[in-house]
Amino acid sequence: MTKREFISQLRGHLSGLPKEDIEKSIEYYSEIIDDRMEDGSPEDSAVEAIGSPSEIATQILMDTPLPKLVKAKAKPQRALKVWEIVLLVLGSPLWLSLLFAGVMVIFALYIALWSCIVSLYAVDLSLAASGLAGLLGFGALLSNHFYAQSVFILGIGLVCAGLAVPFFFVCNLISKKILVWSKKILLFIKSRMIGKEKAQ
Amino acid sequence: MDMQLKRGLLDVCVLAAIKSEDSYGYQIIKDMKPYVEISESTLYPILRRLENAELLSVHSVEHNGRLRKYYHITPLGLKRIEAFQDEWEEIQSIYRFIIREDSSHDKT
Repeated sequence: MTKREFISQLRGHLSGLPKEDIEKSIEYYSEIIDDRMEDGSPEDSAVEAIGSPSEIATQILMDTPLPKLVKAKAKPQRALKVWEIVLLVLGSPLWLSLLFAGVMVIFALYIALWSCIVSLYAVDLSLAASGLAGLLGFGALLSNHFYAQSVFILGIGLVCAGLAVPFFFVCNLISKKILVWSKKILLFIKSRMIGKEKAQ
Repeated sequence: MDMQLKRGLLDVCVLAAIKSEDSYGYQIIKDMKPYVEISESTLYPILRRLENAELLSVHSVEHNGRLRKYYHITPLGLKRIEAFQDEWEEIQSIYRFIIREDSSHDKT
C-alpha cells in the first residue's frame, strides 16, 4: 500500500469525526510514514509497519468520547437558512421528544446490562443465605425433635451453599462477558456515526 | 503487561522522552524502544491526551520541505515526572506488599 492510499483510506474511515481531529491524525500518521521512509525503509513497508487504516480508525474511535461524535455529526455543514430554523423550532415538540426517547433507550440498555449483573450476584447471595438458613432450620427442627425434617432441611441448605461457590465464578465470567459486549455495542453505535462516506 | 497499568506509565515515559529536548513522533518511539515497546497507534492518543492536559505543547518545524511536529514539555509536564518519582515510592511499597508472602497467584 502506498502512503497516498493509506491516507485516503484512513480519511474515509474517519469521516464523520470533527474535521480538526481528522486532519490531526492524518498529519501524525503521514509524518511517521515520511520519517520511516527517511530512515531508509521503503514506502510499502513503512506504511505496513503502522498497521491497517481500519484498525487505526477503530482505535481513534475508541478514544473519542461519544458526545463529541454526536456533536460533530449534528453540526450542519453550512449555515442554516431561516425557514430551516423556523422548521426546527416548530418541530421541536416532535424531534426533542424523539431525541429524548433515543437517549432513554440507550440509558435503559445500560441499566438493563447492569441489572443482569446485579441479579446474578443476588441469586448467588441468596444461595449462600439459603445455606445459612438451612443450618438454622436444622437446629430449630432438631430441638423440636423433627429429625427427618431437620436432616432434609440441612441437606437442602448444604446443596445451596455448595452451589453458591461455583456459581460465584460463573457470575464473574458472565459479568465479564456482559462488559465486553457492552463495549462492543458502544463501538457499534460509534461506528454507525462515522465512516459512512467511502474512501475514493 | 496489564494494559491499564501500562497506560499510566506510558504517559510518563513519553514525557520523559521529550524532557531533555523537543522531539517528534518517530524519534520518541525510537528512543523508547530499548526500554518499552510502543506502537505508533498507541503513541498517538497519548500525545493528544498530554497536549489536551497541557503537559506538552506542539509546534511545527520545517524539515526536508515538509512540516514535522515537535513536542515540547511544559512546566506542568515536568511536574508530572516529578510526581511520578513520588508515586514510584508508593509503587515499590505496593510491590513489597505483593511479594511479601508466596505470590504465585498471578491475577490481573
